[in-house]
Amino acid sequence: MRRTEKSKRATSFRERLVEFGLLGSGVLSIFTTVAILTVLAFETVGFFQEVTFAEFFGDTQWTPLFSDKHFGIWPLIGGTFLTSLIAVAVALPLGLLAAVYLSEFARESVRKAVKPALEVLAGVPTIVYGYFALVFITPLLQKFIPGLAGFNALSPGIVMGIMIIPMISSLSEDALHAVPATLKEGSYALGAGRLATIFRVTIPSAFSGIVASVILATSRAIGETMIVAIAAGQQPRLTLDPRVPIETMTAYIVQISLGDTPTGTIEYKTIFVVGASLFAITFVMNILSQRIARRFRGKI
Amino acid sequence: MSSAIEVKSAAKTNPNINLTLPDSAEKEGSLKTKFSIKNLSAWFGNQQAIRAISMDISEKQVTAIIGPSGCGKSTFIRCLNRMHELVPGTQVEGLVKFDGYNIYDKGVDPVLLRRRVGMVFQKPNPFPTMSVRENVLAGLKLTKSEQIKRAPETVERALQQAALWREVRDRLDEPGAGLSGGQQQRLCIARALAVEPDVLLMDEPCSALDPIATARIEDLIHGLAESYTIIIVTHNMQQAARVSNRTAFFLLGELVEFGKTNQLFTAPKDKRTEDYITGKFG
Ligand SMILES: Nc1ncnc2c1ncn2[C@@H]1O[C@H](COP(=O)(O)OP(=O)(O)OP(=O)(O)O)[C@@H](O)[C@H]1O
Ligand SMILES: [Mg+2]
Repeated sequence: MRRTEKSKRATSFRERLVEFGLLGSGVLSIFTTVAILTVLAFETVGFFQEVTFAEFFGDTQWTPLFSDKHFGIWPLIGGTFLTSLIAVAVALPLGLLAAVYLSEFARESVRKAVKPALEVLAGVPTIVYGYFALVFITPLLQKFIPGLAGFNALSPGIVMGIMIIPMISSLSEDALHAVPATLKEGSYALGAGRLATIFRVTIPSAFSGIVASVILATSRAIGETMIVAIAAGQQPRLTLDPRVPIETMTAYIVQISLGDTPTGTIEYKTIFVVGASLFAITFVMNILSQRIARRFRGKI
Repeated sequence: MSSAIEVKSAAKTNPNINLTLPDSAEKEGSLKTKFSIKNLSAWFGNQQAIRAISMDISEKQVTAIIGPSGCGKSTFIRCLNRMHELVPGTQVEGLVKFDGYNIYDKGVDPVLLRRRVGMVFQKPNPFPTMSVRENVLAGLKLTKSEQIKRAPETVERALQQAALWREVRDRLDEPGAGLSGGQQQRLCIARALAVEPDVLLMDEPCSALDPIATARIEDLIHGLAESYTIIIVTHNMQQAARVSNRTAFFLLGELVEFGKTNQLFTAPKDKRTEDYITGKFG
């Protein structure tokens, strides 16, 4: 009797300990996030005491390190979107093809082998991708594309695209795989062929999941730092030309952080205002993808 | 047709009496054979699901398949439109003649076969991304049928045949998945009818429905039997008695008995059939 009492108390103590530990780590991560946001907000407010909103959103030049300082964010946003766009243009068709192949055509054994193999692509350190873009892809492309600079948006864009293929293929494949077999059978029973079933029944049914995967992959490309910092150059420039050096928001943050910018200066504060803008963009994209994913779950 | 309705109301009070079907009995002699099945066996991997089934299924009749769970009813009808082979690792052996042609011959395209042998599933499975109208037309679109040019007539005809037209004619553009369960099942029937098949295979079409929705589908089956050959799998013996002209009793993958529905239920020849319909097992 007493022994069971004792063991009961021991269990409940252990449970409490585990519960406390879990609570602690939860609180810690929330605290960290709040702290980051606070610092971002604090420095951003400091920045806007010196630079007006009008200049930040109205100017088309970004030259905080020059003596003639301009603080227009658009060249950085433009650089980020140009490289991300190229990445998505590469990853979307390849990722989708891979997803459709894996879920609809590949034998189970192939699927089981290829899916994790593709996911390895996402695990390669991005610095490796960065140098791959700089010392391999760029020289290769220069043979075909006249006027391609040593630093450019194209090469890191393509490499980022390769990096995010598994995000699109893996998540889209999950979405395709989740389409109930009864729907596909319903289609076959009507006399539909395999391709008609895939394109008119399976893919539309998984559409929201596919869109969510693409948005997630896009925000990954937007947030990607190393590849663009290494291979895209450091010249904030508002252009759609993928052959010339540009600078992305992330690459700018790296550039300033690695330099010896004194705390409290306006250059120092630009890191945070760019960081805050980046945060806002990826935050919106994540919300968007979650919403779409939720709609998708409600439907199936 | 009227006799079938009578049978139904009689069957409601007592499923075991008054199951004579005078007009179908008369028709019997002149009926064409739709499916002629010889020694049909099917496997899932190494496990045999049906064993050497032989039976002839007549045109424009309702044939019911009954038997305990796992006896191979679904597998059997899925062999008739070659859906069985869509499951990886399966195998089929034997002869299935449809209008005199073996559907398992090398030259037969299962896709074309399935346009003539439609199927309704146990759980209503309207396409969730499509409206009511698009669901009805799905078969025509998926098969790129010429008939899509007459889409409005097809939608109305198929929904009329499925006794759903009056309920949905004002909501043709709403999602098909937004209908009630019984309506969804009739939508799936309309979808199958829209491609104008010869045969309708129904795998427990009422098992997910309430009694009222079930009664509507049963009425519908009576009406459809005038122009379609219907093969219906059911767990419910009363339902088999109410809707079918002939009934086949399956047990452990074998066809135990096949005959006129009233005979099979009132005077079964096989002891196992008798045990099953009197509820001794199953
Ligand atoms: N996908 C599958 N893989 C392996 N075995 C299966 C599969 N589907 C069915 N079987 C087996 O085949 C046999 C026949 O199954 P089938 O679904 O035809 O039975 P059923 O008579 O339709 O049963 P129920 O009344 O429960 O629907 C069963 O023993 C079952 O376990
Ligand atoms: Mg079944």
